[in-house]
Amino acid sequence: MGQEGDGAMKTFGDAITFIGHNLSFLLDKTGQQLELSGAAIGVSLVIAIPIGLWLGHIHRGAWFAISVSNVGRALPSLGVIAIGLAIFGLGFVNVLVALVVLALPPLLTNAYVAIDGVDREVVEAARGMGMSPLQILLRVELPLGLPLLFAGIRTAAVYVVATATIASLAGGEGLGDIIFNQASYRLPGVVAAAIWVSALALAVEGAFALLQRLVTPAGLRHRVPGIGPAGKPVDIG
Amino acid sequence: MTHVLAAKLAAAGPVIPNFGGGGAHSCVRRNGFFCWDWFRSHWSDTFQPALLDHIKLTAIAIGIGFAISFAAALLAYRFVRFETPFSIFSGILYTIPSAALFQLLVPITGLTTTTVEIALISYTLLILFRNTVVGLRGVSDEVREAARGMGFTRAQTLLRVELPLAAPAILAGVQIAAVTVISLATIGAFIVDEGLGGPIFRAITTDFNTEFVAAAVLTTLLAVVVYALIAGAQRVLTPWARREMAR
Repeated sequence: MGQEGDGAMKTFGDAITFIGHNLSFLLDKTGQQLELSGAAIGVSLVIAIPIGLWLGHIHRGAWFAISVSNVGRALPSLGVIAIGLAIFGLGFVNVLVALVVLALPPLLTNAYVAIDGVDREVVEAARGMGMSPLQILLRVELPLGLPLLFAGIRTAAVYVVATATIASLAGGEGLGDIIFNQASYRLPGVVAAAIWVSALALAVEGAFALLQRLVTPAGLRHRVPGIGPAGKPVDIG
Repeated sequence: MTHVLAAKLAAAGPVIPNFGGGGAHSCVRRNGFFCWDWFRSHWSDTFQPALLDHIKLTAIAIGIGFAISFAAALLAYRFVRFETPFSIFSGILYTIPSAALFQLLVPITGLTTTTVEIALISYTLLILFRNTVVGLRGVSDEVREAARGMGFTRAQTLLRVELPLAAPAILAGVQIAAVTVISLATIGAFIVDEGLGGPIFRAITTDFNTEFVAAAVLTTLLAVVVYALIAGAQRVLTPWARREMAR
């Protein structure tokens, strides 16, 4: 290891020191980032879940639900934030709207696929038992589709928390304030915030994975996907 | 609310330099949402090179990412034990926010294109690996048996039966990975001013709308075009997949 390697080790060492010295500051910024992310996820859930569930229940709009996710994937997060900046100006509103736009596709598509994919015979049986459409949705389709629905929420949550870091460029507050401000915090500070935000994203991923396990009916446990973008691995082009 | 911003800027003084460009003056001075003339006069010196750089960044990341994931996927296909470790490894890389991963690499590889490429490659691994493995696993045992019955060796079976059948899933992976990289490469411009992220970062600091709107729209268009091209390639290269879907 040459001088450069030593320099890198020193930077990471200094970054750890930075974390130790600025714990309350980092926690503050984490709080801001989670507040923004939470608001964005909350708004997207309220918009996407009812539409997705309803479309899945009536087995219509497959094209719409799938296209939304494909288009959503093509949207560059920084681009969405930049265009939002031109429309709404600097601040919370722009950032919130951008994050909601980015979170909607995985939520909507997974909600649709989760309900649409429930075994039709099970639904028939429920209907035969005299359940109303709403009862079928809430008591049969929703519990069976819950793992996949949650996979979408997990993907969206991790994506939003990660993207909220970039959002600080457009006036959102959070750990991005440190990562994108090397002039004030120097490289060790920036690296410290980068380590911190990585840990945060992994923690959110882990927490949602656990939550997903908890909401999965015991009989479906083996189907819970692993770490990473959940849902169907093979895209429907 | 754009006019509020414009008013704020006007009050703050001449933040926007005179970019020239003929009739663009009034639009640029008002900081309109999108000044077509300014965009046209800066296409060849700003946007075209940035677009080409962006394509180059993406192509390199996908190329190297594919080579790594493909080798890993073949390994995992043969030795099942290898699958979980690589999935977890690539999953962790995938979960790390891009802004953080770029900065984490700076102490090691510096403010270089290498830093940007390493981060971009690391985001392709999970998608490409998983789709290749799923594609190969999706080949039915009967088909494999038939290949063996025809006297194919293991290598022949892989090359002439399993990989072609897995191609739609693999291409779908390339499609998702390419679009992801195109999006994340804009953030890499914070490390090295290369690609379409450059104009976005520059314009965000000056609040000049046209520059970042143009770059953002170009990035999105690039993603959509690449997505459609790979979808087209998928249709042409694997016509049997289409027939199967139609059934």
